Order: sequence, then C-alpha cells, then structure tokens
Amino acid sequence: MYVAVKGGERAIENAHAWLAEERRGNTDVAELSIAQIREQLSLAVNRVMAEGSLYDPDLAALAIKQARGDMIEAIFLIRAYRTTLPRFGASEPVDTGIMACDRRISATFKDLPGGQVLGPTFDYTHRLLDFKLAADGDVPKAPSRDAETGTVPHVTEFLNREGLIEEAPHNDTPPPDLTREPLEMPADRALRLQALTRADEGFTLGLAYSTQRGYGRNHAFVGELRIGSVPVEMDIPELGFAVEIGEVTLTECETVNQFTGSKTEPPQFTRGYGLVFGQTERKAISMALVDRALRWEELGEDNVGAPAQDAEFVLYHADNIQATGFLEHIKLPHYVDFQSELELVRKLRREAGAQQVQEAAE
Amino acid sequence: MGLLAKAPEGRVAALLDAEISRPAFTWLRAPEIGSTMVRARAGATGAPFNLGEMTITRCALTLETGEVGHSYIQGRSKADAEVAALVDALMQTAMASRLREAVLAPLETGMATMKAARAAKAAATKVDFFTMTRGED
Repeated sequence: MYVAVKGGERAIENAHAWLAEERRGNTDVAELSIAQIREQLSLAVNRVMAEGSLYDPDLAALAIKQARGDMIEAIFLIRAYRTTLPRFGASEPVDTGIMACDRRISATFKDLPGGQVLGPTFDYTHRLLDFKLAADGDVPKAPSRDAETGTVPHVTEFLNREGLIEEAPHNDTPPPDLTREPLEMPADRALRLQALTRADEGFTLGLAYSTQRGYGRNHAFVGELRIGSVPVEMDIPELGFAVEIGEVTLTECETVNQFTGSKTEPPQFTRGYGLVFGQTERKAISMALVDRALRWEELGEDNVGAPAQDAEFVLYHADNIQATGFLEHIKLPHYVDFQSELELVRKLRREAGAQQVQEAAE
Repeated sequence: MGLLAKAPEGRVAALLDAEISRPAFTWLRAPEIGSTMVRARAGATGAPFNLGEMTITRCALTLETGEVGHSYIQGRSKADAEVAALVDALMQTAMASRLREAVLAPLETGMATMKAARAAKAAATKVDFFTMTRGED
C-alpha cells in the first residue's frame, strides 16, 4: 500500500539556519569578504569559473563563500545562476596569439622568440609550509624589468614552418553547443573541447595521467603553456560590427605528440589542445592530453580500449554537476522504492523457504 | 566602446561626472544583465568551439537631442552600462573631443599603465639561459 506523506519543513528550515551559522563559524574571527576571496583565493575562483562555465570572478567568489569552500557545490551554484541569464549572443573566437602573457613556457624549445616567461608560478617552490603567511605581513613588491612589446608567437608555428606538425586549418563552422542541445555521440572535436573545458579537474587529471601511464599512451610534450588575458569581441546587432566587450584570463596548453604515421597521415607531430578560463594550468594540460587521446579515430590510430580513448565514457562522466547530482540523489528519501525491494526479498525468501520444506518432506 | 567595456567599476562615472553634469536621456533598452558565449579555436587557429559564457550588461538610450548610445560591457554593473551608453551617445555630439580628452584618454592611459606593470613583472620572470663552463676547457 502506498501512503503519501509529507513533513520535515521545520527540520529543513532549522537545518538551513544551522548551516548558515556553521558557514559563518566562530564570530570572534573576522568574516571573509567576497573581495578577499576573489583576490586571495583566486585559483579557487578560477576553478569555479572554469567548471561553472561562467566567467565572473565576483560571482565565483560569492559561490565559494556560500558553499563553505566546497568547490563542486560552488560550481553547482554558478551553473544554476548561469541558466537564469538571457544569452545576448556569442563572441568572435578569441585570438590567443595576441594574449598579454603573464606566463609562457615551452618544454620543447629552450630558446624561442618571446622566451621562457615563468610568471607567478608554484613551480620551483620547495613546497614547504610558509609560516610567515600565518602572521600578517606586507609582501615585498615583485621585481619588474623592461618588457618587449608585441605579441608572442605560438610555438607550433615554428614546427609548422617545417611541415613537421599537423596544422589546425582555419575554419568557420558554427560549433555545436552542449548547453543548448544534449550531448550526443558521436561528438565532434568542437563539442568534446567544450565538454572538456568545463569538465571536473580531478577526473580530467586522472584520465590524462592514465594516458601517461600507458592506457592509450600518446607521448605528449608541453609544446607551449601560456596564461594571460585576451580581449573578447562580439558582434553587436544594433551597430552591425564587432566591438570589444571585455577581457578574460585564459590558460592555453598545446601539446606536441609523437606520431609515427598511419594509413592516412605521414609521420609527424600531432597536437592536443587545452584552453580553460582563468589561471588553471593543471586542468589545461590535462585537457590537452585527453583531447589528444580522443582524436585516435580521426588520426587513424588504433583503439587500444583505453578509457581516455572512449569518448562516450569520458564525456558522459566528466561533468561533476551531472555526476554529483545523480550520485547524491540516492541519499534522498527512497522509502517507497526501498519498501518494494523489501517486499520482493521477503517474498523470495518465503518461496525459497517453502521449497526447502517441500524438498525435505519428499 | 572597448575602453568603456573594460574600464574598472565606477571609473567611467567618476571621470564623466568630474567633467560634466549628465544630460537627460530616455531608455531605449533599460540595463539588462545577461551572458555571451565566449568562443575559441581548436589548436588556437582551427575550428571554433564554445569555451564558456561570461556575464555582460547591455543597455541603449537616446539623448534629448536624438543621439543614440549603446553599451555592452563585461560584468553585472547596470550603473556602468548606463554611463558607458551615455558616453557613447555624447561622443556623437559636439562634446566628443572634450570627452575624448576627459574620459577616454585617462581610461586608455590607466589601462596601458596597468598592462605595462604586469608585462614588466612577467619580463622579470623571463629565464636568461647561460652556458656553464665546459669540462674540457
């Protein structure tokens, strides 16, 4: 018998009130401001913007505060907010070739035009806890030096000149949009890149690592990693031409991968591409490795059955909001479902018991 | 419009209000917050793909003298969108050269200074390689 029940309103209200109190923590400790989170936890803010798929540092900082630092919860808040916004249009594709680079390194060429610019990196730090940060203090000003003007060329351009690397020919096909139409297989590269750039960092990292350990190995070098800001231009219908509407910070990673050739392609280097909102280099490198692994079919490589080569597996499990939504729903009341299971097991046991009695009697 | 779109919050209003008192206008489209889908290209130069959205605010207004101003600016500040559209409209009036000097030029200088400071810090982190003394020397 199914009995509809309701209740729990007061319990829920009180739970949320307590949540607000716990979020605030000890009131003897100063409250965090959105600006503090935006400025001082900027890499967390960047991750929330990247996986929330909405570039707005203040909103991401607010989401982190509201979520008590739970990144996936914060990403969920941003995704939910995003759906309430009317879409005014799409930008022109950003040109990362004119990026104002904070960081730009290549693991394949030591001396390259524009040089190796380390930027504000954790690399080469000793990973020792810095107890000076536990005390308040002023930070010494970072040194500066006369900068070269002009844009920094992409590393792949040098290899392109020799014809040793596959090209990424210019093309203006309007891309599919997984926020408008459900993700369906087979997914072309544009759709895969959209899914990967907002994919969970941990999942993408794990898959990328699996390719390095041998599950679909593709011998990736970081041809170039660059972080910096690029202008965003959009066509304004009222004006009839494109104008700059803002600027975003991006992390771009191009991998250069060994490729011995296939039935259709000569031996050359191939490429994987990662581009992510914010300063998010672990994610961008991971994305490039996974992008390259997923390209096995168009490059005529063998499918060795590695997880990172399986577009359906990768793309359907990479979104942490979909994943957490389905995973966490099983903690919500399933009383009726479970009751029917309980009835079923009892019935099976009764039948099995009756059969045993009968067998014994025979 | 690019300068107005990228100006720090409140900066355009401060510059404009220091120079003139704002003229009357009517809304063609009141400030509205929305998003735009930012696109990029696979491998930086190949086929376009959707990278993710960014928040933008837009509005349109008309001055009593008939000039129409539009703004599309990054972020969610309706006040900034209003003042950007106002400057856009005023730039079509006789006040253009005055505002170019009082509003646009300082915005441009401010942004160039910020960019230069960042570029100079980046330049200081550029690696200068040098060859160690070889063993056979």
